[in-house]
Amino acid sequence: MSILVGKDTKLIVQGITGGAGSFHAKQMIEYGTNVVGGVTPTRGGEKFEGKVPVFDTVKQAVSATGANATVIFVPPPGAADAILEALDANIELVICITEGIPVVDMLGVRRVLEAAQAEARANGKSIPRLVGPNCPGVITPGECKIGIMPGHIHKKGNIGVVSRSGTLTYEAVGQLTALGIGQSTCVGIGGDPVNGMDFVDVLELFQNDPDTHGVIMIGEIGGGAEERGAEYIKAKMTKPVAAFIAGTTAPPGKRMGHAGAIISGGQGTAAAKIAALEAAGAKVAPTPSDMASTLKSMMS
Amino acid sequence: MKIHEYQGKQVFAKYGVPVPKGYPAFTVDEAEAAAKRLTSETGNQLVVVKAQIHAGGRGKGGGVKVAKGGAAEARQLAEKILGMQLVTHQTGPEGTKVRRLYIEQGLEMVQELYLGAVVDRDKRRIAFMASTEGGMEIEKVAEESPEKILTVHVDPVNGLMPYQARELAFGLGLMKYGKETIAKFVRLISNLYRCVVEEDCSLVEINPLAVLKNGDVIALDAKINFDDNAEFRHKVWAELQDRDEEDPVELEAKEAGLNYVSLDGNVGCLVNGAGLAMATMDIIKHAGEKHGVAPANFLDVGGGATQEQVTKAFSMILKSPKVKAIFVNIFGGIMKCDVIANGVVAAAKELGLKVPLVVRLEGTNVELGRKILNESGLAIQAASTMADGAQKIVDAVTKGAGK
Repeated sequence: MSILVGKDTKLIVQGITGGAGSFHAKQMIEYGTNVVGGVTPTRGGEKFEGKVPVFDTVKQAVSATGANATVIFVPPPGAADAILEALDANIELVICITEGIPVVDMLGVRRVLEAAQAEARANGKSIPRLVGPNCPGVITPGECKIGIMPGHIHKKGNIGVVSRSGTLTYEAVGQLTALGIGQSTCVGIGGDPVNGMDFVDVLELFQNDPDTHGVIMIGEIGGGAEERGAEYIKAKMTKPVAAFIAGTTAPPGKRMGHAGAIISGGQGTAAAKIAALEAAGAKVAPTPSDMASTLKSMMS
Repeated sequence: MKIHEYQGKQVFAKYGVPVPKGYPAFTVDEAEAAAKRLTSETGNQLVVVKAQIHAGGRGKGGGVKVAKGGAAEARQLAEKILGMQLVTHQTGPEGTKVRRLYIEQGLEMVQELYLGAVVDRDKRRIAFMASTEGGMEIEKVAEESPEKILTVHVDPVNGLMPYQARELAFGLGLMKYGKETIAKFVRLISNLYRCVVEEDCSLVEINPLAVLKNGDVIALDAKINFDDNAEFRHKVWAELQDRDEEDPVELEAKEAGLNYVSLDGNVGCLVNGAGLAMATMDIIKHAGEKHGVAPANFLDVGGGATQEQVTKAFSMILKSPKVKAIFVNIFGGIMKCDVIANGVVAAAKELGLKVPLVVRLEGTNVELGRKILNESGLAIQAASTMADGAQKIVDAVTKGAGK
């Protein structure tokens, strides 16, 4: 078991003929991910790498392949459109890697996503999920890699990782693997101010996944997602959670690389997030070098 | 991206958000001419001379002055303000040099209000906030009397609805000025919403929004921040940017496609990924705080950087006089360690490496990267982990200081 992605995931790649899309589609196939198709408008009928069928629309791709997940490598001007097309085709899991989508576009996407989720809940159907944008993707080691993370640093196991940062996720995974500790699933929720799955959503899946025994949660300055995660940990989590919050030394009012990583009006500081997590019973690693060892100390 | 008040008011005017008449001025002569033109257009000798810098709190710092005696007095005020180092709570103690003025008609107001729009990240909606506490710092109002801030959240499908605007108008007590004022406020805020969405504003503040004697509502100030992600669909932003207001090093980095933020410390950092870059700053401070060792910059070279971009990034760090040591921390994913190594070696050979360099490489093509560094002949200390690297940096800086 794992969360979100696994052996049964059938993936399509939106933007499969573009630079990033084609490079990472190859990497994902090499890792063993079941890539059943790709979408590039006007390129339908072609074969990617001589075998993966390319379609003009997401609906065509889904009806021909039975895909249940999509990964989006479409550049920012068309990325929100690509997410909405995927949601309209009723794909359960939409993972958007694209960095640089205007926030106004994402507000519209959120509105559609929330309506689709409410409808699915009311009808007892499985709930559509958006991961990202501006994220490395999701990986269940040894089974399915969707995104841009280096596959070889991962090891199959029982620790869940959820993070707003790509390279800091690799750092945590690298530390875990070096200690001989494997991962169930690693989820990058992305560094944008308005995104899809939140810490709470992923923590809930980890809590309910029998094969996840503990979690590393990596946050950063800006917004209130970590605080909401802390509330969930306090109320519902029985599994140990080790955390790290990046940006203790970040100056206020400056955007630190990620569009969402900014302290504004005194809100979203690392100190406030660390305090909330500690009060909720999570253990916060003192430095980014101690993420895995902090979790290990809670597991034994 | 930030723009000046006068540019913000030009944007407002385009959307039908009422603003006073005014003209920008870059010299004292232009200021006088603008004042002359204004007084003849309005038939009123009252003009306001306003310093144009990106920081707030200009009035308190002495950057906004009222001339009651028309153009001649406006000229005297312009002479004082233009070129001054304006210090406000947002500029830092060194202040910002005033290079542009805005000469605006003076208006007699009966009430100052606050109106702002931001993206509420937690609700995933645009929020409009209004308050009767105009002219004050809104952060202070939020802290001391949050009940005085009225908020509505906008559904992106319907946009800001008139009932929401009316809720704010009645909540602000505008009915005392008559139903015409209510209608004017509703029109203003509806137009402002269109402006926020179509111009991709991440923040808009009107502080103060004034009610005039005749019942008009008008934006006496304009603060607009644009969402950098939307730059691709706003070619005009390039013209609105005031390069004098930007940190020159940050500007240089941006043009090279790098994320860079200047900090006060003495350790240059080159990292891939925003989260790892922040975490690298944190661990340097954690290890070095007691020894006066701290990060000099945030630098994320990103996932897809070329060797040329890495060379550029490393050169920028090498050229900074405050840098006493450099920490390169890379966890290669898409970014290949050999690309980083080649970029670092190229920059160091061109500019010379005069400070200690600690490198920690991990991930894709790590062996190749290490080999390139080893064979470069440069004095590089290899670190096995982030913690090891941070400790080596602290040792290098403190040893250097003891010499």
